[in-house]
Amino acid sequence: MLETRDILETINMIDNENLDVRTITMGISLLDCMDENIDKACQKVYDKVCLSAKNLVKTGEDIEEEYGIPIINKRISVTPIGMVSAPCKNKDITKFAKALDKAADTLGVNFIGGYSALVQKGFASGDKELIRSIPEALATTERVCSSVNIGSTKAGINMDAVKLMGQVVKDTAELTKDRECIGAAKLVVFCNAPEDNPFMAGAFHGVGEADKVINVGVSGPGVVRAALTKCGSHNISELADVIKKTAFKITRMGQLVAQQASKRLDVPFGIVDLSLAPTPAVGDSVAYILEEMGLEGCGCHGTTAALAMLNDAVKKGGVMASSRVGGLSGAFIPVSEDAGMIAAAENKYLDITKLECMTAVCSVGLDMIIIPGDTEADVISAVIADEAAIGMVNSKTTAVRLIPAVGKKAGETLNFGGLLGYGPVMELRKGSPSKFIGRGGQIPAPLQSLKN
Amino acid sequence: MKAVITVVGKDTVGILAKVSAVCSEYEANVVEVSQSVLQDMFAMIMLVELRKKNFGELSATLEKLGDENNLKIHSMHEDIFNSMHKI
Repeated sequence: MLETRDILETINMIDNENLDVRTITMGISLLDCMDENIDKACQKVYDKVCLSAKNLVKTGEDIEEEYGIPIINKRISVTPIGMVSAPCKNKDITKFAKALDKAADTLGVNFIGGYSALVQKGFASGDKELIRSIPEALATTERVCSSVNIGSTKAGINMDAVKLMGQVVKDTAELTKDRECIGAAKLVVFCNAPEDNPFMAGAFHGVGEADKVINVGVSGPGVVRAALTKCGSHNISELADVIKKTAFKITRMGQLVAQQASKRLDVPFGIVDLSLAPTPAVGDSVAYILEEMGLEGCGCHGTTAALAMLNDAVKKGGVMASSRVGGLSGAFIPVSEDAGMIAAAENKYLDITKLECMTAVCSVGLDMIIIPGDTEADVISAVIADEAAIGMVNSKTTAVRLIPAVGKKAGETLNFGGLLGYGPVMELRKGSPSKFIGRGGQIPAPLQSLKN
Repeated sequence: MKAVITVVGKDTVGILAKVSAVCSEYEANVVEVSQSVLQDMFAMIMLVELRKKNFGELSATLEKLGDENNLKIHSMHEDIFNSMHKI
């Protein structure tokens, strides 16, 4: 028989500590949808997505009901459209975004990711057109998410793409300024992008993946924090142990859901992403975990060390709980999506410099950071370059999701609502990087030895 | 399938009877029952066996029963607990 204590612990996690499965994401390959005729290609994309994922939402809801676990999102990721659209010359590529949006609407999924291009070493045919079309694609659709990979440890950083993306981020915000600049919240610039990430906005279905695959992203910052609250005066190694055990339990639940979803949909199980993904709900915050460890405010000195320990312990606990692990796996530190981060930013504990530093040890990067609307494109490019350099040198994924708040200055707020949250406009550093960014070219891939 | 039903709340007369009545209504066979008092709270855990198709309704009816009697009643698939707490 099961232990009473264990049963009550699980129920308490779901009831009071916001334990949930954050997303079941179906990855779908669109490589067989290419066509020189863009309308035919879009129709093939729509048909394949709708056919492949026709039972996704229903299956998610069934598992939710049967197992009593909240499954917050059901989503889809597809092959980077930059590849699928390559044969369609000089056409309006945003038609692909519209086809994806329509498919997402038909299926009832809340986001569909993959309006993407992988340009870490150069632009292939169609990549530049796709990148240039991102602002319009995100402004004219609701559910489509976009990402561009501009660097990797093996290829270095494509500085021409970095320059381009600064302007694209700015234009995307500008085109959606009547909707709190929401477009920019659906656009991620990556270095070392994972090909099996189930989390938005950066999800896409890698070319090395199977035709269809089920990836699951777990969550549970509230559970980790609650476990730490009970620790009293434990030392750090004991805290790390508690986090590992908690992450194990969270991941086991994700693994169960992933296996069930895979079996019922008859789609191979891909990976479980062991992420601590916060939401703006109080009690579902990564920042509060760091504060629970003994920091006065997230962002004060000591935050990077605490985050490094948290990130590592989450992975160690989760790896044993799942047969296959992947995606971003670690602690997310999005500002506007995390109640504790928002408070820390408002109280000036957290600024862009400390956040950048934290990204060297977290699982993703500069995420959901609202910046002044009058920030120059080159400055955004330079932020992207800095962040990509951290990822490139440390062989980890880093990403940038900045939202220029058009017409707003530091100190004002932007409110997206829902899971995307709200946050204060944060100040960037002074000085112009224009000449550096204007040079273009490629930062060569870094040496993998002599690591000092 | 096997489901775990947990009832937590202030102790009152007839909780077990009411919950069992709902179980029998949905043909859920009670396999095991354990009961304890935790921090002045009554906590009962039942392991029941039932047909999968009845689970949704059983779960909803029990939740309603809980609301009416000031109790928290959860019904969840047994596999959740097995996977989270057993290696």
